[in-house]
Order: sequence, then structure tokens, then C-alpha cells
Amino acid sequence: MHMSHLQEMASSKSLMNLLTFTFGSAIGFFVCYLLFSIILEEQVKIQPHVLHNDPHGQHSADTDNNQLQGQMNFNADAGQHKDEDKNIAEGLYHKVKILCWVMTGPQNLEKKAKHVKATWAQRCNKVLFMSSEENKDFPAVGLETKEGRDQLYWKTIKAFQYVYDNYFDDADWFMKADDDTYVILDNLRWLLSKYSPEQPIYFGRRFKPYVKQGYMSGGAGYVLSKEALKRFVAAFKTNKCTHSSSIEDLALGKCMEIINVEAGDSRDTSGRETFHPFVPEHHLIRGYLPKTFWYWNYNYYPAVEGPGCCSDLAVSFHYVDSVTMYHLEYLIYHLRPYGYLYRYNPDSSKNPEEQSENEALENNQKLKQKTSES
Amino acid sequence: MGDASQANGKRDIAGAGNCRSLWIIKETRKGASEVDGQRDGCRGRGLRRESDTCGRGHCDGIKAQGLLNWDSSRRHQLELFRCCCAGNKSLYGTRHPRLSYGKPAVEPVRKSARETWSKHCDKAEFYSSEKVKVFDSVAVNTNDMWAMMRKAYKITYERYKDEFSWFFLAYPTTFAIIENLKYFLLKKDPSQPFYIGHTVKSGDLEYVDGEGGIVLSIESLRRLSRVLEDPDKCPEQGGMIWKLAEDKQLAICLKYSGVFAENAEDSEGKDVFNTKSVGALIKEAMSTHPQQVVDGCCSDMAITFSGLAPNHMHVMMYGVYRLRPYGHSYSDALVFLPPPGSDND
Repeated sequence: MHMSHLQEMASSKSLMNLLTFTFGSAIGFFVCYLLFSIILEEQVKIQPHVLHNDPHGQHSADTDNNQLQGQMNFNADAGQHKDEDKNIAEGLYHKVKILCWVMTGPQNLEKKAKHVKATWAQRCNKVLFMSSEENKDFPAVGLETKEGRDQLYWKTIKAFQYVYDNYFDDADWFMKADDDTYVILDNLRWLLSKYSPEQPIYFGRRFKPYVKQGYMSGGAGYVLSKEALKRFVAAFKTNKCTHSSSIEDLALGKCMEIINVEAGDSRDTSGRETFHPFVPEHHLIRGYLPKTFWYWNYNYYPAVEGPGCCSDLAVSFHYVDSVTMYHLEYLIYHLRPYGYLYRYNPDSSKNPEEQSENEALENNQKLKQKTSES
Repeated sequence: MGDASQANGKRDIAGAGNCRSLWIIKETRKGASEVDGQRDGCRGRGLRRESDTCGRGHCDGIKAQGLLNWDSSRRHQLELFRCCCAGNKSLYGTRHPRLSYGKPAVEPVRKSARETWSKHCDKAEFYSSEKVKVFDSVAVNTNDMWAMMRKAYKITYERYKDEFSWFFLAYPTTFAIIENLKYFLLKKDPSQPFYIGHTVKSGDLEYVDGEGGIVLSIESLRRLSRVLEDPDKCPEQGGMIWKLAEDKQLAICLKYSGVFAENAEDSEGKDVFNTKSVGALIKEAMSTHPQQVVDGCCSDMAITFSGLAPNHMHVMMYGVYRLRPYGHSYSDALVFLPPPGSDND
């Protein structure tokens, strides 16, 4: 009896040992497996999936993952641009004068507005940074308002008033952008060159709710003609439009309708949108924006995802963080595929595919002629 | 493995038949009777002489020559190369296929390469460690990266040694701009042993980092295929105790055949093959000088960026091949047409 009891104990003890051993080695294997799979797997960083759930949502708490301290100047590489012919762009610069004003605030001058200044803002005929407080060094205009979401419309009104009072004669068109909007001025000029600044019209990414003719998304930026600005400023003197609203772009859109300023169609000759309320990735990737997202119901024209979302001659993108500002600057003004014949030809009204074939044929004809001449 | 719908040059531009013309404009010294760097018809471009078949195509050689006086300071020699495709393949001056390989776990990544930039290659082949039915990839039946690379190069050499002069290998997370690669290789002679990319020095060994893409000329590939058979110089199990990375292994084998790595830079000294993404390079450049203005991170003629997620590939397609500022043009000496049947470039 004693023996069997001992035997039982012994067997249960060895069972325990066995269990402990097995458990221990299982943990060991598991840890090793984890380690190896981490080391050996290809590391591809996926950006966090950020969706802005409110069409009028502004930029409250910023995730400062991409906080950049310095600045980058892509234009130092003059050597790579010696074969570039900018005559048409320069012609438009003088013909279509655009004053840009950038909505910013004292805390964002160094965080965001600085990168706007280092990139696209230089291409405006005139650029102003609008803040609640003046900053002589940056420089930024002080609108003498408070900061905050509910102040946006008031800031907008004051900003346009300031522009009207001080710079009305210096430009034909007046563009409003945020400090996280990237604007491609060359393409904006091409769009506006087909209209007269004396027309009462404004352009942006057209949304359809609430306003019969539609209104323009604030974040994607919008641009007023000279006549539109004149009427807008006058509307407050005569109280045609209200002064207060917590939704800047909607209030402006309502006012535009009241004062008979037309909401223009900013799409390119192939019907693709030029002003974008998000970064390219959100528009280009099918399924990125879920079908339940507000965006699909807001767009005035049928919204497209995938390559058809965006014009080759896009004008703006929004929610652009500081790294993406430089990324876009590089992709647009610097990196290029040598010798590539772009599919879309903005100056032709023909079908783009046909167009590139015809152009190639024409080019060959021209070169043939040249050869036979010499 | 040619995809008929992807053939360029189906429509004739310069004459009768299934041909494409490539106009090359070269500069001569003023008053010089000889053209700098003149080549015999298409041979210098990696194609054989007239009436020879390069795979399923053939080249007519120089069709026309002339002199253009564009301005008084330079005279330009105009050469028209006419290269025709009897089959559904198109030829440009220099031709090179692209190899891409990876493990099946990265399917969506490789898929994005197939849907995007690889359409710009004359020939694109995908190597997979398993037989994947979804695409047309070549199975190499191994999970070892070096073994995979050896097989891929062997197969490529056997299949394409007579058709192509340059061979570009890319990893699944790499985005490449083939037009810039072609321009970069334009003046290089493929009968020389070139092994080009983003080089890294590891002790005594200088090797091309696979992440940035690896370019081999036909001569290098020829020598590689020979040395791969030599188990002393180029063993299948690289390294004694710890396995060497496959790109290092490649460098060692090539070194034995007298092929040395070369770093690729533009005229300003910026790398054209990049092992990181644009965003990563921007952040890196700016973190080293936080309070200053730094020079632009990357070359205008960059060929590769790496470490890209599938979404980023699509964004690059748009950013490189479509998005641009109106009113800026270039007088490039080559013209590349967009690939037919594609909607994202």
C-alpha cells in the first residue's frame, strides 16, 4: 500500500514535470517563431487609415506623427531643369493673376503654414497668411478674431474684406486655401483662363446638399472671381448675407447664391474633378472611402473612385500633412518619366486615347518634313 | 509569356506593317563629320542586324538620316530606327524585361506591381515560390531567397538571352519608372559587364541592394549563368554558418566573373535607384537638419523607390504618369507611348 502510494506520487510528479517541460518548450517555440517571423517577414509600413467623418470637420487635434521641423527646397536642382520649357506656364502667370490667402493660426505657423510657404505658395502672384493674430516675422496678417471652429466663417469674411481693402487691384482671382491644402497654381490658371474675372463666378469642389446651385468644399479650397469678391464684400455692408455660422463653406455657398454668383463647374475637359477634399490615395484606391461615408452623397457630380477620380491637371488636395506637401511638390514639379507622351491632352477636345495616337502621327510627320528639308 | 493585349506598336506610325518608329536625336560637334556614339543600326540598341529575328521581331536598321539645324550652335544628327514586330511584341531601342519575385504571402503587393509600373516594361516576368494560379508567374519551388534568385536568373538567361540586352530585377515593394531606366541605359553598351543599382559597402564587398532594383547587362547575365554552375565560387548554400542575403550572394558570384557593382547617380550626384520610399527619404533628409532648409531629397530622373505598400504603388502611378503642372514641357530626345489598354497611366 505504501509502495503504490509512493508510485502514485512519483507518477503524478513526473507527470507534472512532463507538463512543465512541455509547456515551457511550447512557450520557447512560440517566442522563437514570433521573433523569426518578425525578422524574416518583409516589412512594409501601412499608414493608419484616417477618415474624416464630418464634411465640415476641421483639423482639431493633430496627430503629430509627421511633424517636420525643417524645410526642404526642391528648387535648388536647377541643373535638372535646363531642358524645361516654361513659356506657357509663365505666360499664364502674367495673364491670370491669382492672390492666395491661407487660413492658419498662431499655433500652426511653424507646424503647417511654414511648409505651405516652402512649397506651392511661392507660385501665387501674391500670397497672404491669415491668422487671428499678426505675426510680423512669418509674416501673417492679424484678423483680430479668436481661433476655433466656430470662428472660421468670421475669419473668412474678415480675410476677404482685408484682401478687398488692400489688394483688390493686384489680382484677377482670389483663392482661399487651408494650411493643409496643396494647390497646383499652374493648373488653376489653366482652368481660370477660360473665364473672365468680371464674371460673377467661383470654383472649387462642388457639393450638392443644402444649397440649390451647390456650394464649394472649404478644405479643397475655392477661388472667387474679382466680381464675386466685390459682391461678397458688399453683401455684408448691406446685410444680404449673415455674419455668423459655424459652417464656413456652407455659409459662404449660401451667400454666393443670394448675391447671384454662379457655382462653376471645375471639372476638366474629360469630366474629371480637379479640386479634391482628400489626398490622392483616398480618391485613387477603390474602396478606401466606405460607401456609407458622407462624401458619396455630398458630391454634386457623380463621384468616382479609382483612376477616374482625379484629373491629370488636378488643382488641389486637402488633409495634406507636412511630409505629403513635399511629396506632392516632388511628384508634380520634379520627378518625371523621361520622354513619356501623356495620354490626356488638355488642349484638345478629342477622346484622349485617340489624341495621343494622332499626336504621335503628327510628331512623326513634322520630323519627317524636317528631315526632307535638310 | 507575352500578353498580346499589352503589345505596343500595333498601329503603324511610319509606314506599312506592324511597326513602330523610334526617333533618336543625337548631337554632333559643330562641323564634325562623325556623329558621336554612332551605332550600327539597331545593333547597339541590343537588337540584331536587319532581317535577323530577335525573338519574334526584327529590325530594319537605320531608315533615314539627316541633319537638322535647330540653332546655330549645334547640329543635330537625326536617326530613325525602324523596328518592327512580326508577332505581337514591340521593340524600342534598348529592350529589357523586368523580373519580379517574391513569396506568395505578398500577393496583393505583387499584384499591384503587375497592375501598375510593370506595364511599361517590354517584357515582365514574375517569379513566385509557389505555383500561384491567380497570375501568370513562374514557379521556382523554393522559399529560399538566394535559390529563388539563382533560378530566376537561370530561367531568364535561357529564355531571353537572344532577345534582350538589359535585365532589371525588382522586389515586390519596389516601384520603377522604366522610361527613366531606359534613358539611363541609353548610352551604355550592354556587351560590357554592367551591374548597376544602389550600392552598399559591407566590409570588402560592394553590392547592389536588391531593394533598389538590380540591373544587369546581357554580358553580366552571361557571365553569371556560367559562374552559377561553379559550386566553389557560387554555392547554392551561401555562407558557412549564417546565411548571407541574396543580394550579397549575387555580388560575390558576379565578382568572381569580373563583374563589379556600380552606383547609379544623376548629373547632380543624387541616387537614381532608391531603397526607400519618397516619404521616408523626405523625413530622413529633414531629420538630419531640423532647423534648416535642406535640398530636395531625390532625383528628377529617379528610377526606383522601395518599401511601398500596394496603395502607394497606385498613388505613384498617378503622381508619375499623370499628375503634372500645365504649361511645362521638355524637349526630350526620346518618345515613349503609354501602354495600350491601361487606365492608370
